[in-house]
Amino acid sequence: MQELHLPWMELSIVIPILGAIIVSRLRDSAIARIACLITCSLTLACATGEWIDFVRLGTFEAHDHWDLIETIFHQDVFVIDELNAPLLPLAALLCLLTALSTLRTKANRFSFNAMLASEAILMATLSCRNALGIVGLLIAAVVPVWLELRQRGRCTRVFTIHMSLFAALLLCGQWMVAAGAVFIGGALLTVAALLRTGIVPLHCWMTDLFEKATLGTALLFVTPMTGAYAVMRLVLPIAPDWALQSIAVVSLITAVYAGCMALVQHEARRFFCYLLLSQSSLVLVGLEIATPIGLTGALCVWISVGLSLGGFGLTLRSVEARVGRISLDEFHGLYEHMPTLAALFLLTGLASIGFPGTIGFIGIELLVESAVEVYPWIGMTVVLAAALNGIAILQAYFRIFTGHRHMATFSLRARRSEKIAVFVLSFLIIFGGLYPQWSVASRYHAAIELIRQRTAALGSGSDQPGHADHQTNTKSAIPNQTTDATKAPITNIAAATAQESSKTENER
Amino acid sequence: MTLDQCFFALGLIVVISPAVLLAVLAVTSLLDRTISERSSAKLTEASVVVGLVAIVAILVLMLGTGRRHVPIELGNWVVIPQQHFHFHLKFVFDRLSVPFTILSFVLCGIISAFASRYLHREPGYNRFFVLFSVFLLGMVLSSLAGTIETLFFGWELVGLSSALLVAYFHERTNPVRNGQRVWSIYRISDAAFLIAALTLHHLTGAGDFDALMGTGVWPEGHVSITQSHALFVGALLLLAAMGKSALVPFSGWLPRAMEGPTPSSAIFYGALSVHLGAYLLLRVGPLLEASTLLQIAVVFVGLISAIFGTLTARVQTDIKSALAFASLTQVGIIVVEIGCGLRYLALVHIIGHACLRTLQLLRAPTLLHDYHTLENAIGGHLQRNETILARWLPTRLRAGLYATAIERGYLDGSIGDMVVRPFTRLFRWCDNLERRWTNLLSGGQSRESDDVRPHVESLEEFV
Repeated sequence: MQELHLPWMELSIVIPILGAIIVSRLRDSAIARIACLITCSLTLACATGEWIDFVRLGTFEAHDHWDLIETIFHQDVFVIDELNAPLLPLAALLCLLTALSTLRTKANRFSFNAMLASEAILMATLSCRNALGIVGLLIAAVVPVWLELRQRGRCTRVFTIHMSLFAALLLCGQWMVAAGAVFIGGALLTVAALLRTGIVPLHCWMTDLFEKATLGTALLFVTPMTGAYAVMRLVLPIAPDWALQSIAVVSLITAVYAGCMALVQHEARRFFCYLLLSQSSLVLVGLEIATPIGLTGALCVWISVGLSLGGFGLTLRSVEARVGRISLDEFHGLYEHMPTLAALFLLTGLASIGFPGTIGFIGIELLVESAVEVYPWIGMTVVLAAALNGIAILQAYFRIFTGHRHMATFSLRARRSEKIAVFVLSFLIIFGGLYPQWSVASRYHAAIELIRQRTAALGSGSDQPGHADHQTNTKSAIPNQTTDATKAPITNIAAATAQESSKTENER
Repeated sequence: MTLDQCFFALGLIVVISPAVLLAVLAVTSLLDRTISERSSAKLTEASVVVGLVAIVAILVLMLGTGRRHVPIELGNWVVIPQQHFHFHLKFVFDRLSVPFTILSFVLCGIISAFASRYLHREPGYNRFFVLFSVFLLGMVLSSLAGTIETLFFGWELVGLSSALLVAYFHERTNPVRNGQRVWSIYRISDAAFLIAALTLHHLTGAGDFDALMGTGVWPEGHVSITQSHALFVGALLLLAAMGKSALVPFSGWLPRAMEGPTPSSAIFYGALSVHLGAYLLLRVGPLLEASTLLQIAVVFVGLISAIFGTLTARVQTDIKSALAFASLTQVGIIVVEIGCGLRYLALVHIIGHACLRTLQLLRAPTLLHDYHTLENAIGGHLQRNETILARWLPTRLRAGLYATAIERGYLDGSIGDMVVRPFTRLFRWCDNLERRWTNLLSGGQSRESDDVRPHVESLEEFV
């Protein structure tokens, strides 16, 4: 495996850990905020450096230079590949923007050290390709959130019940897969990943979390979509076609159900939560389509939803920081006082549903295009979900920013730090929308490699199915046929991966 | 410079001029550095004039050289060669797109000049021009689109700007509710459009209109897909057109859209936006011809809309609503013409109607003023004679028609009763179910949001 030029991944995990330790010792919340901002900026710089370095290497996967963990345990735990390369800077960016958009007046309420600890776990999770490592880190990510709920004196029972079930399913599933019981183990892992993603009817913990945690914490726990990452890393390589179909069907139901629920919500946080559920479910819908284009679309939607809904949530958080929790039963008329935030609200919201000219457009188009090709009803349902979400977004925009003359005795306009966040997000959303080729090409390669790993693993699965995950050699032979010949997409995959594989070999 | 290079440069200018306008106005607004009223107006004027001159130059060149079809290829926007997947950026200048683009530039120019004075010192002046630039870009992209995806791109921009301009007067609830209504109808039609576009893409392997409609230039051309496919895709496109052009049963949003400022009402719902559905049907004309059933459906929808529009327009109590329904009548007739295959007639009808209606809508407020002056001068209402048709119809039928027309065909109420209310009830019930489930898990009240009220104290805390 090729090496990066610096230990970027280890740095992007160690920096937030050190930051968390330093911030926890600071008494002054304003200084803690600045220290947090510096830490998040450094982490983002490392994550971006890692991405650039990886792209310049021109390989499918690489690990750190001076890989400490590899030296000690003789295992590539932290590996960067086409799948996680853009997810790491995205996650770091979301953390930085969350810290940046935390107003100084709210600094004493938001736990910066917990945020940095969560960031370290998040970066480690997204860098990790070792199954046990992912399981452990996914469970560890629950702890800071649970502690915050306890500290805030909120009832943790809904969160605890769901997350305990999630941890149990994850551990049992991974243990069974490792023991060779791929069928049951895979099923347990699937349920765990779906629970973490918030699939209906296992989604109530997410709405409860948005009710009870601080919005920043809830956002950072949900928007990086680590549940989808678990599906891609743990489930996709071993799951049979019917399992992927089941995931896609429940995801599709979630997308439509959550889209409908978003329309009838009385409160902004709950509305956002359902919107996120609806759009993030579409990522998993791409699994069932399982054609290279469908999976490319799903991976594009992943990036766009992470960025746009992350930005949308942060805008909502900024509005909440000024007027408190927002009821959607009445009009608030805040546009006059915060036009920049209103514009960002609309831009990020529309980007999340794939509005033309924004980063989400091509992802949704690819997803629907391949769905129409394979299963027309799936394509139509995805479009329906996007249409419902579009109506819900403008409804929320109108309720929050228009319809009433709000009298404020002081300026509610965006502060400089918020404007920076606005500018960065807007630039990424519009640039990604107007110049999508680069991102699509990168996601296509990732999709092809994921499918190749899966086909290879399933092909050799009869021998050692339990070890079909991340240790798979990407150069392994590709079977000509899959187990289910009735599925047209799989045939496409075999052909596409074979074609892509021979191309890659030639290039090498 | 060769002729092709000349066409290419002029074509680029036509598309880029509104894009630059949007970029300047949007970026300055987003950075909270709004430019002055004078600069906004001048920039808009410059953009419209540059675009108009370029498109007229293309027209002159086309007439001079006898070319009827000038494609401008900008390459692939997105391409996955291994999968033979591409999104092509292509604009087409032909007998349909050139007149429609000229019409868009001319009317947008008139409206921007009018609006710069009409909205002087309005708090939302800058917002109006930002949305106006979105609309202009959307119209130009839709008109010149050489692929169905590009048409969809422009279509969405037009829809968004329309809905936001209906809700222009932010401090009142009604415009905002009406904007929401417009947007909801648009989203339904957009969904139909997107599915149709992707199905066509799938059936023909490309989104180019050339590939979809055969080799002939507009209005000739024969589709290469089967009759049943044409019927399915055509039905979806008809649904999209019905939403955008406010054809029955989606007519309810048209009078509501008049809540926006007069200049946007004039340009959107009197002139351009309301004709975009008809333009789409014109563009995919060969597709309609591939299925007789589809043609019958188009004629039927147009006819019903025209009759409904003419009946409703006669009983409206405000002038903008009356003009809106009068527009619907004409759009209905245009759709009938398209269904009958009279494409040139439909195009001429669109251009004539759009110009006339724009002037009527711009004149509407002063006309009312003149009307009242006249009535004050003669000391009573102006006399109205009954039409021959009204005298012939039985009184009960007239009363029934009047009641239906004044209630706008009960369309809004029916959609509310049959779609919105059951939907809301069902999902509120689901919401309650979720509440009970989380309450059970929590062992008590689980939702803090039930008590959510805007916190006045949090404002103070912010200081």
